[in-house]
Amino acid sequence: MTRLLGWWRRIAPTLVALGVALAVTAVFILIIGENPIAALVALFDFGETPVAQANSIGVWINRAAPLFLAGLAVSIGFRMGLFNIGVEGQYRIATVVAAGLGAAIVLPAPLHILVITLIAMAAGAAYAAIPAILKVTRGVSEVISTIMLNAIAIGIAAYLIRSPFVDPELGAGENVATTRLPESAHFPGLNELFGVLGLEEPRRPVHGFVVVAIVVGVVVAVILSRSRFGFELRASGLSALAATANGISSRAMVVKAMLFSGALAGLVGLSDLLGSAHRFQPDSFVAGYGFTGIAVALLGRNRPGGIALAALLFAFLDRAGPRLQSEGIPPAAVTIMQGIVVLSVLIVDEVARRRLRRREERRARAQDQATTPVEVAS
Amino acid sequence: MDAEPAPVIELTGITKRFPGVVANRDVHLAVRHGEVHAVVGENGAGKSTLMKILYGMYKPDEGTISVDGHPVEFGSPKDAIAAGIGMVHQHFMLADNFTVLENIVLGAEPRAGVRLDFAAARERIEETSERYGLGLRPDRLVEELSVADRQRIEIAKVLYRGARVLILDEPTAVLVPQEVDALFSNLAELRAAGLSVIFISHKLDEVRQVADRITVIRRGSTVATVDDPQATSSRQLAHLMVGSELPTPETTESTVTDVVELAASGLALSSQDGPDLLHDVTFEVRRGEIAGFAGVEGNGQSELVEAIMGLRKPDAGLLRLGDDDMTSWPAHQRRMAGIGFIPEDRHRQALLLDAPLWENRLLGWQGNPPAGGRFWIRPQAARAEAATIMREYDVRAPGPDTIADALSGGNQQKFVIGREMSTTLRVLVAAHPTRGVDVGAQSAIWDRLREARAAGLATVLVSADLEELLGLSDTLYVLFRGRIVARLDPAEVTPELLGSYMTGAAGQEGARFTTGDAAGEEQAARADTEEESR
Repeated sequence: MTRLLGWWRRIAPTLVALGVALAVTAVFILIIGENPIAALVALFDFGETPVAQANSIGVWINRAAPLFLAGLAVSIGFRMGLFNIGVEGQYRIATVVAAGLGAAIVLPAPLHILVITLIAMAAGAAYAAIPAILKVTRGVSEVISTIMLNAIAIGIAAYLIRSPFVDPELGAGENVATTRLPESAHFPGLNELFGVLGLEEPRRPVHGFVVVAIVVGVVVAVILSRSRFGFELRASGLSALAATANGISSRAMVVKAMLFSGALAGLVGLSDLLGSAHRFQPDSFVAGYGFTGIAVALLGRNRPGGIALAALLFAFLDRAGPRLQSEGIPPAAVTIMQGIVVLSVLIVDEVARRRLRRREERRARAQDQATTPVEVAS
Repeated sequence: MDAEPAPVIELTGITKRFPGVVANRDVHLAVRHGEVHAVVGENGAGKSTLMKILYGMYKPDEGTISVDGHPVEFGSPKDAIAAGIGMVHQHFMLADNFTVLENIVLGAEPRAGVRLDFAAARERIEETSERYGLGLRPDRLVEELSVADRQRIEIAKVLYRGARVLILDEPTAVLVPQEVDALFSNLAELRAAGLSVIFISHKLDEVRQVADRITVIRRGSTVATVDDPQATSSRQLAHLMVGSELPTPETTESTVTDVVELAASGLALSSQDGPDLLHDVTFEVRRGEIAGFAGVEGNGQSELVEAIMGLRKPDAGLLRLGDDDMTSWPAHQRRMAGIGFIPEDRHRQALLLDAPLWENRLLGWQGNPPAGGRFWIRPQAARAEAATIMREYDVRAPGPDTIADALSGGNQQKFVIGREMSTTLRVLVAAHPTRGVDVGAQSAIWDRLREARAAGLATVLVSADLEELLGLSDTLYVLFRGRIVARLDPAEVTPELLGSYMTGAAGQEGARFTTGDAAGEEQAARADTEEESR
């Protein structure tokens, strides 16, 4: 019972915040002269036909998986007070390298995917190592260096596609892209699963990589809460001074946390790459997961479970964009709503946290009654 | 003497309680017009709390504050400023990328309509600077200025807001000697202009030099006001600060063995500017021995502790734990080898305030079973251990899942001590283990330290509380300017002797101090240190 109550106490503020966000967005839609009720209906409209509905769910999943991974990557930095704004650049580099090297090697199916995944993680970690090293050796703020490395990543990626990884069989007039990944590197889709569950099969591939994302989420949760590394990471984040005084080297933790974060960032682009794109092409590459991941991590309060819910919410809203447009509501409404959700959650959360803290203090003081004012003076 | 005017500030019967501790008890303080009034006391004696009450940051539980004979009540520093009270904090609160002028007017901008009237402000600042000899250049950027300059800006800021009473919180802590002299001449100007200054410090020779009157605070209460500082010696003041009757050390049997558990030899640590922080520090702590380190704050105690714990790399010297050379060990390896640590700042160094107690149980010991481990931690075991600590060390809190910040200071300290001592230790490094805790908790902590000593623990005890040092230590070292200037037997030491070593008045050879003014003592100390280095 108390457990349920404690759980409710934690979830209630978020629900309040979601309500607030919905209300504010409704006001916004009213202001631009549209019907908020119609917008709300459109938000939950998955389409008329079973196929359209299945498609819609597929889009939701395909969007949620990378957002979840990006949120996890950002949250690792946040948990120790590091602002890894560079997930965007890290996953771009990782995806290009994974696409390029993946196409160059020949391996049986499951092994090929595993190797590509490891390559992507290594590439993401390597790119994240740059700001980490700059920070511990030169004291460069990781916020600045990761933002600048995002810009550099676009350049590096463009070079890599054009020069070492370019598809030699590219036709004239075709957009530049890396060599197509062989069949053995295609991650099986979830489309059949829809049929098993008694739904129509979506027409477009539903990325099976979401399963990997879920497993990674569980692993990260266990590492954070149960491992010594996770404890040291959280301790450094809560108080770098206390951690240092108790033998946790903050420099080492900065490097480890950035590498961990970068490795997770490396996974972000794989869902699309292995699931449907099968090659890196600048035009079809989905950019922006790294930045949205920051909001997802904030909304999920840096906890894997919360980040999963936040990623689902963000993907749900993203999915509704085209639908809203058909109702005459600009798709920017979705972006606005996402922003408001994050803001209101943060505000309500802080209020709730302070209240909880005061309650704890009162309880502790009540326990302390017996000792209160012992006269100090002699 | 003219008819006694009402004191500009009068505090009567001020009492302030925090959960579990009384910070101020029945404090009386009267500051006259045009005087420099020093408030001295050991760290944790309640000086800061008292000043925060006077500056409106805390509300007293009992007692009254009067300004010019009229009782007042301050809800916030704003009210105190309006009543003409200004505070110069120890840590400056200036915007580095603003000019001196902008910093001074910040928050009290002169307006002409909607426009900021900088010309009028400049005129006033220049006038103030001229009048009190502050030597301010209004257009310099603060980031280009020295610490002493910044302090003068803080003083000007307070004067600009019309303060008649200035509270200076340990103003000399950040200054070099020449700057201190300059500050004192500024204070003389302020006094000559009829302003009052409350000067908080624990440096007795300085206080005697600058103050017209001195009020001594001991354990939260004012114990005396000295009307004639020049005629009072530093030792007499130290006496008042520490308490005239020092307790006779506990006559428990010595448990000191022959086994050296911790040995330091030739530890040295230089600073980038100024004298060495540690210089040739050599000592041994045996099993069952408590080695006390006395000294006025800032004479190398913190650096010594950090060097032992591996938080700061000494420039020279060796550290041995038992038979092992641990000079190059990282901090966590020292912990794992069995060195417990009670840091001086429990809020910042000992606890994760936003984490529950069970996580705090793990802090520092996350690598040691059963709760910690090489790769994994075990929250359930940590919870059980936290509960045990709470029971055995009388930590009053709802449970292991309570956030550490919710506990009172005394309970936090008991928890930290419990955490460190419930592991099998070889050496304990304790810095001010009873600072800020109430008497009950204090004696409990002392008992624990004695028990551990009897069980064979080698303890390094750094403290500003002489009673604690004398009552617990088997050997007493005195640190002065980063050197061990004396190794004493606590059973035979007198407060006078200890005081003279702590202030540098006596050298290694014995009690050879001058009874003259502070400058004389200073010279004697310098001569001694020079002699040693030869």
